Amino acid sequence: MAVRDVRQAREVRQPAQAPSETQDFGGLSREQLLDLHYQMEVLRLFEEKAAEAYTLGKIGGFLHLYIGQEASGVGAISALAPSDYVVSSYREHGHAILKGIAPREVMAELYGKATGCSKGRGGSMHMYSAEHRLIGGQAIVGAQIVISTGIGFGISYQGLKDVALTFFGDGAVDEGAFHEGLNLSSVWKLPVVFLCENNMYSMGMSVSKAWSVPSLEPRAAAYGVPYISVDGMDVLAMRAAVSQAAERARRGEGPTLIEAHTYRFRGHSMADPARYRTRDEESQWKANRDPIVLFEQRLREAELARDEDFKANEEKAAAVVEDAARFADESPFPTEDDLYSDVLQDGSGAIAWRNKPSTPRE
Amino acid sequence: MRVLTYRDALREAIREEMLRDERVYILGEDIAGYGGTYSVTKGLFEEFGEKRVRDTPLAEEVIIGTAIGSALTGLRPIAELMTMNFSLLASDQIINSAAKFSYMFGGQPRIPMVIRMPGGGGAQRGAQHSQFFETLYAHVPGLKVVMPATPYDAKGMLKSAVRDDDPVIFVEHELLYNVKGDVPDEGVEYTVPLNRGERRREGSDVTLVTFSRMVHICMQAAEELAKTGIEAEVIDLRSIRPIDLDLVLDSVRKTNRVVVAEEGWKYYGTGQGVVALIYEYAFDYLDAPIGQVTGKDVPMPYSKPLEQAALPTRDDVIAAVKAIVPALGAATAAR
Ligand SMILES: Cc1ncc(C[n+]2csc(CCOP(=O)(O)OP(=O)(O)O)c2C)c(N)n1
Ligand SMILES: [Mg+2]
Repeated sequence: MAVRDVRQAREVRQPAQAPSETQDFGGLSREQLLDLHYQMEVLRLFEEKAAEAYTLGKIGGFLHLYIGQEASGVGAISALAPSDYVVSSYREHGHAILKGIAPREVMAELYGKATGCSKGRGGSMHMYSAEHRLIGGQAIVGAQIVISTGIGFGISYQGLKDVALTFFGDGAVDEGAFHEGLNLSSVWKLPVVFLCENNMYSMGMSVSKAWSVPSLEPRAAAYGVPYISVDGMDVLAMRAAVSQAAERARRGEGPTLIEAHTYRFRGHSMADPARYRTRDEESQWKANRDPIVLFEQRLREAELARDEDFKANEEKAAAVVEDAARFADESPFPTEDDLYSDVLQDGSGAIAWRNKPSTPRE
Repeated sequence: MRVLTYRDALREAIREEMLRDERVYILGEDIAGYGGTYSVTKGLFEEFGEKRVRDTPLAEEVIIGTAIGSALTGLRPIAELMTMNFSLLASDQIINSAAKFSYMFGGQPRIPMVIRMPGGGGAQRGAQHSQFFETLYAHVPGLKVVMPATPYDAKGMLKSAVRDDDPVIFVEHELLYNVKGDVPDEGVEYTVPLNRGERRREGSDVTLVTFSRMVHICMQAAEELAKTGIEAEVIDLRSIRPIDLDLVLDSVRKTNRVVVAEEGWKYYGTGQGVVALIYEYAFDYLDAPIGQVTGKDVPMPYSKPLEQAALPTRDDVIAAVKAIVPALGAATAAR
């Protein structure tokens, strides 16, 4: 069933029932709602801490922050079971934490420490956890899309009920991988949820200049895939959209394409001063569409939570983030002994490592 | 022992591994109803059904993405790409994903995937269907690249590749599919390791290092050379990465002269990589510069005489050997 906008998505979620308070809040308890708020706080503060560490030179390379997009990740991943897979891009620190990797291990990975979730070999763009089913960090734009097709196939081949949720940006949909992945997932009815976080820009390229059509709806239609447009700043709408898509996937009916409308509050990476968009546009989004502020307003208006609840969450999140940074600071770097490990699973390493130096002629 | 074609040996390997392990499945373009572009998978769809023999759309990137993703969930895919030339459309997934995941993600992901692909020229298929790109993949740490030359190795190495926990690029040669050779009887289980070359012929005067179809051409050259008193040792690398360097170096230390022969392009290629390794590890043992026989430095032409001129021949190997075994060559000429 194709769903056009957020309002319609809500209707689909609550067929023929008068809206009640709990339904407006997705049937979640106060504790669950406050937990969603807490998760968004963790992501926000984690990224702010990472930005600080980056400016101090503790984090190298690229650093792509998730600030502004927290509702998308939190809402989406809260709709999944722990055994579901999340496949993501380089903007994945938040997804890694939400899938259950300890913030300590994510921060340590940013620092390039041996205690990082990828042993310091991946860095900010390559988080991974087999245990938590976070099939991480693809820095080749769009590459995760075809891999999630494969994960979906693996799930259905083995008759399991898991789902693969894949995050990608508005730039990724212009890669061939998007076409190939959606088409095959649709033909084979694979349990994949395709989640495009449309933050309006791929680096400096705006959607309006890059897309031949203004929405992903016709693209979804081209592959016979249901389409959901959702407010990516609304954590509950995100949760509802992904729940609906995941249920469909679990029923064996195939993939769904979700387009989440969101905005990154920072530049593309730490190196980007964002000259391609106006300061006015940025401040409008930050002032009016901050997903954490919006959620707080809603909870406050419904008298489900008060400022001290939010404050408590913020303090708890700040402590977790401080602990993560301390852990990363104190962790050791990998040593050169580790340089050739894991090139191959059989431990044979790389050619350079195996061969002995030249011997003189006898 | 029985005599089987290379093609039938490959099919037996796939079938036996599918019977042995439920997690093994095959996917690719036209492998089911059509039976495989080169008929390698013929009959497997009828035997194993749609679940395990998956025809895919024409979409190389998602074929390999599917293989990788499913491997991450515990399956053991064998993907077929119609030809090696088309693997370039999947090269991002092969190089940036399959090869790097284990290392980049701290050793956690395991990608027990085999990608079969035929390459090579000689059938007048033109510039976009005749190339070997094993060099491209052999360049990359994190991949294994094998190029068996005989039906025995084709079967034994494919079985090993399926059981291996790393991604394996399995390169076949279009002109080898009909080549026949001894293969153990049905029911006799054997595998061939992915990291060992094979000495095909013993000799004391020169070492020919080669792989894939060029093994057969080097064997013919060696027989011709023997008639002129030159005994060539023929080393079939079988595996390009990892390379069985000890086998090569042992032979070099014995013969002190080497010709490296391959079908692909010369510059920056597999052969030059082998040449560099020999110089690096056994320079002291060489009595002459290393000779190279390769395909010509052009896109493969279609026209038969041009294609034949572009491909390395037995006579090219003989000439390369004679150029670095001058004493005997001179003795014969002065006779
Ligand atoms: C194949 C490929 N092309 C280009 C790049 C460089 N690049 C990195 S991120 C990016 C923008 C991607 O934008 P989008 O998909 O919208 O995701 P966002 O960064 O907005 O989350 C580009 C062009 C890349 N990493 N990979
Ligand atoms: Mg974007």
